[in-house]
Amino acid sequence: MLKKRLIPVLVIRDGAVVQSIGFQHTNVIHWKPVTAVDFFNKWAVDEIIVVDVARNQDQRDKFYTVVDGFSRKCFVPLTVGGWVTSTDEMRKLLRLGADKVAINTEAVRRPEFITECATIFGNQCVVVSIDSKRNEQGVEEVCIDRGREPTGLETAKWAREAQERGAGEIFLNSIDHDGCRKGYNLDLIRKVVEAVDIPVIAMGGVQTWEHLVEGIIKGGADAVAAANIFHYTEHSTKKAKAYMRQAGIDVR
Amino acid sequence: MIGIVDYGMGNLRSVESAFEAIDQKTTVIRDPRELAEVQAIILPGVGAFGDGMRNLRESGFVEILNEEVLEKEKPYLGICLGLQFLAEKSLEQGEHDGLGWITGTVRRIDPESAQYRVPHIGWNDLRIEIEEPIFKNLEDGPIFYFVHSYYMDVSPEDSSVIAATCWHGQKIVAAVQRGNIYGVQFHPEKSQRSGLCLLRNFVDQALKD
Repeated sequence: MLKKRLIPVLVIRDGAVVQSIGFQHTNVIHWKPVTAVDFFNKWAVDEIIVVDVARNQDQRDKFYTVVDGFSRKCFVPLTVGGWVTSTDEMRKLLRLGADKVAINTEAVRRPEFITECATIFGNQCVVVSIDSKRNEQGVEEVCIDRGREPTGLETAKWAREAQERGAGEIFLNSIDHDGCRKGYNLDLIRKVVEAVDIPVIAMGGVQTWEHLVEGIIKGGADAVAAANIFHYTEHSTKKAKAYMRQAGIDVR
Repeated sequence: MIGIVDYGMGNLRSVESAFEAIDQKTTVIRDPRELAEVQAIILPGVGAFGDGMRNLRESGFVEILNEEVLEKEKPYLGICLGLQFLAEKSLEQGEHDGLGWITGTVRRIDPESAQYRVPHIGWNDLRIEIEEPIFKNLEDGPIFYFVHSYYMDVSPEDSSVIAATCWHGQKIVAAVQRGNIYGVQFHPEKSQRSGLCLLRNFVDQALKD
């Protein structure tokens, strides 16, 4: 049987791992991101996601160096996202060693971009990353440009469209829950999981191992991701896995 | 020396890094004539079957692979697309001819219920059908990373080549083996310790004689 996946997310700004709270990226956690990957390699993670949240592309080369360094050391799948606006950029990241590439803002601005990527690289390579925020009407709405620009798109509907256009996976983040330590936005995850047939990775809000269990059992996610929580505990991902296994989840 | 075939499909980097991690020298092969120089051939690849076969054919790899692997029996390990190419044809986006070394057709995964999502992405347990040396002493057990939407449906007359399967709402051929020819649907280069063990086993087997 297919295992449920545990995925640490490394949020990178100007070449350093930073903390993300409500989509603000301030504290530097590791200056040398490769150290984090060394840990994760030993700690039996199932995949790694790396996202560039830099405000501009001035220091993009530093991000490439990070991706390059990761891919040489990381013997689990590596998904890379942030600032991907062309198939050339996607090719560049794949050549640097990414296995999958996450697209977000450009996919909303130009939905045919999803299909272009999928046609060239295959659906399995294309992760559509969605940042969702509950709007004043109480509807979950897709936001782009690092969460700053609301789009009017309803999140579950957009996820469905992304699938139809060729996405192989959805990486779903809740802006309201990001860094708030109250657990995943389970209603949102459930809605998106029901709307699509492709795997959904849940992200945003994990503070305890129990939150990971909830994401899978109550949210129905295929994979659970988290960023900040993994950086401060020794053997964190191993402990998380042990907890999930005890809760009856089939993990590696 | 192990040769990794570069035919423009996806990243060879992770395959190279994996061999580096087990201290095995590799060389990337872009000119098919160089296949004669290596002791074993790795054909990795992700992406669409049709594009992949076209690239292989146009760069002249198909004939020489037939020569080196079928006639001279050089050890071959196909990963993901490299396994699917062994089939006679694929139904991914139309119909495309494969190498035809194994009787079978590549089809879209059609799970028995919607709870099994396609693409089949993630770690899955293998059911070992034949105790091949490549499955020996896997450090974390026979569990590997898969990412694919199509699988090789091996014809009944060739079912003896099926070395391992896994379950994803249907039975999926995870590994095949016939003589010097190996193919795996999963990604050993992305399957952490068990993956590195499997590559080590393949190398030991391939360089034995």
